[in-house]
Amino acid sequence: MPKSQKSASDNLHLQADVLVLGGGPSAAWAAVAAAESGARVALADKGYLGTSGATAPSNTGTWCVPPGDNRHAVVERRWQRTGELADQRWMLRCVDTAYRNLLRLSEWGYPFPSEDDGRLYIANLRGPDYMRFMRRRVLLAGVTVLDHHPALELLSDGDAIVGAGGVARQAGHDWRVDAKAVVLATGGCAFRERILGGTGLTGDGYLMAAEAGASLSGMEFTGKYTLAPYGSSLNKGLPFRWASFHREDGSPILGPTGEPLRNGIGDREDEVARALIDGPVYARLDQAEPALQGWLRQGQPNCFVPYDRAGIDPFSDLFRITLRAEGTVRGTGGIDIVSDDCATGVPGLYVAGDAAGREIMTGAVSGGGAVNSSWALASGWWAGKGASTHAKRRAGKAFRGTVQPLGQAGLRPAATPRADIAAGEVIEAVRNEVTPLDKNFFRSGAGLEKSSERLESVWRDVRDHLRGEGADKVRAREAASIAAAGRWSVASALHRTESRGMHRRTDLPGKSPALAHRLIITGVDAFRIEGTPERPAELAS
Amino acid sequence: MIEIVSATRCVECDICVKVCPTNVFDATEHGAPVIARQDDCQTCFLCEIYCPTDALYVAEFAEGPTGITEVEVEERLLFGSYARALGWARGKAGGSQFDPTHRIRVAQ
Ligand SMILES: Cc1cc2nc3c(=O)[nH]c(=O)nc-3n(C[C@H](O)[C@H](O)[C@H](O)COP(=O)(O)OP(=O)(O)OC[C@H]3O[C@@H](n4cnc5c(N)ncnc54)[C@H](O)[C@@H]3O)c2cc1C
Ligand code: SF4
Ligand code: SF4
Repeated sequence: MPKSQKSASDNLHLQADVLVLGGGPSAAWAAVAAAESGARVALADKGYLGTSGATAPSNTGTWCVPPGDNRHAVVERRWQRTGELADQRWMLRCVDTAYRNLLRLSEWGYPFPSEDDGRLYIANLRGPDYMRFMRRRVLLAGVTVLDHHPALELLSDGDAIVGAGGVARQAGHDWRVDAKAVVLATGGCAFRERILGGTGLTGDGYLMAAEAGASLSGMEFTGKYTLAPYGSSLNKGLPFRWASFHREDGSPILGPTGEPLRNGIGDREDEVARALIDGPVYARLDQAEPALQGWLRQGQPNCFVPYDRAGIDPFSDLFRITLRAEGTVRGTGGIDIVSDDCATGVPGLYVAGDAAGREIMTGAVSGGGAVNSSWALASGWWAGKGASTHAKRRAGKAFRGTVQPLGQAGLRPAATPRADIAAGEVIEAVRNEVTPLDKNFFRSGAGLEKSSERLESVWRDVRDHLRGEGADKVRAREAASIAAAGRWSVASALHRTESRGMHRRTDLPGKSPALAHRLIITGVDAFRIEGTPERPAELAS
Repeated sequence: MIEIVSATRCVECDICVKVCPTNVFDATEHGAPVIARQDDCQTCFLCEIYCPTDALYVAEFAEGPTGITEVEVEERLLFGSYARALGWARGKAGGSQFDPTHRIRVAQ
């Protein structure tokens, strides 16, 4: 157990070998892996380990590929769909480690369902059950869990990351954990869209990592949206696989071949997006056979909560729908990984799950629906192991006296704080550029230029003047993270002068062979964007 | 969005205060928790399933309150309905072993 002491002012000050930031599956797996290697581990989550993050409210299908010769073929097939940006070596490693951890779950007694032949079906994890189960495993492993302890910033001794600090928002005091290594498992950035898990997913880890000197990758891939009943939080596309779609006047929405659309997921989202830009769209799940209707209801019960509560029968009634923006949660951008142990290139800083750039796994297309949850299972494991190995190497070293907190925007503004720069307004201004379908689902050079100008001006205010006091400290920092992520996303999108996967440029519709590489962005206030053509062998190996 | 904490059902265990990932509730000195930061609610329905007495109601609309009343939620048997659909009961997990999602994935 990490050592704990409360200082005179009642702030919490802990020592640990490994500090994990986050409370979703990747944080839980990182904490278990680090504790298993003998590290003293603390985990600080903004919310509650068990309910927070994108997995807990959902029902995640994993990318479950059992060992065997078939694996290479399965990976190869999936790679074909990634817009040439994924890396088959990482994909293979991921399915291998994820599979082992799925088996571990079944050994631990996670209540998986059975197939007709009685074998356990381990390829699907029901969110609330899975994350409640993982909380227990994390506690059993001896990890100190700090719920409702959002991290605000990383600490550095000049050479390496040596901990993090934040606020205990329910207890009302500050906290600091000194650690020999930190794992960022803070999830993606949903730009405050009202989706499942969305409130806490504000990209805080991206800003913290960038302030420490880490790079980000794939930030242009934020063009993924998922269908949901209008006004609801249920961004789960699966039931819309069996739907028809209609305009206000009742006319059907047609697919690319001119036939009425009978499946609204995957590439078909383009047609629905186009129609939604024109006006309201309605759907009906009328392509689902009765048996399937039953399975959908029983297997995806939260999808039916909005219908049941609004008094709609979705299999026979038309209901209004929307496309929810998902930022990097179902996009693929995030902190760039530089080695197999999920290191970031900043000594002592590791990354897992949606906080990491997932182009190596899924390229320019979304990893939602299978890849992302396997990635959380695997990358959490590697990052936890990597962090504990780093901690062991540093074990002899005493903490240097000169520990610096690294937080800037939203926390320590460059100029005088101004009360009229409010977190809520900053977030609204960023949302106006990065969530509307006609700006971000379908993009154009001219539109992106305009968005970029507006975001630069928002950023200047944030950088110079945004600061929150007391409970609003976290809000200000979240707004700063959202502003930074929006700015990186638009800048990267401008840089990618082509269309690829979820990055759809109406002015540049085709793929450009010269851009068949990742874009790496480095720096917070001043940043630079570089391609990775120097690593083409790795991309296609 | 979270709309109702039923004072008649609530046993003041403060579990919802602890488990709500977005810190929506505040515990009170004597009584049921209050909805203190409603706009932070992410409409995840998880407080409902952790509540041991089905005392919470989260309406389907995520952008703002609908104004639904406790009487209507009782009459339409909506308290605890999501927990029942999952197979959770009295705040305890259950039912994942009966999840037929694999059949949906095959059909897909
Ligand atoms: C509706 C929905 C359905 C999905 N379905 C699938 C699916 O079927 N298959 C699939 O593969 N993927 C799916 N996904 C994606 C999958 O849920 C994510 O990839 C997965 O949750 C990522 O895990 P994570 O631990 O990295 O992040 P998350 O689970 O999002 O957790 C991030 C954690 O970081 C914490 N945090 C954030 N900021 C801070 C901070 N400053 N300090 C401390 N903690 C912080 C949050 O509280 C949260 O606990 C789905 C996503 C959604 C939204
Ligand atoms: S969890 Fe339910 S019973 Fe417990 S305090 Fe909250 S509303 Fe009341
Ligand atoms: S629905 Fe989710 S976010 Fe809203 S109050 Fe309940 S637990 Fe909290």
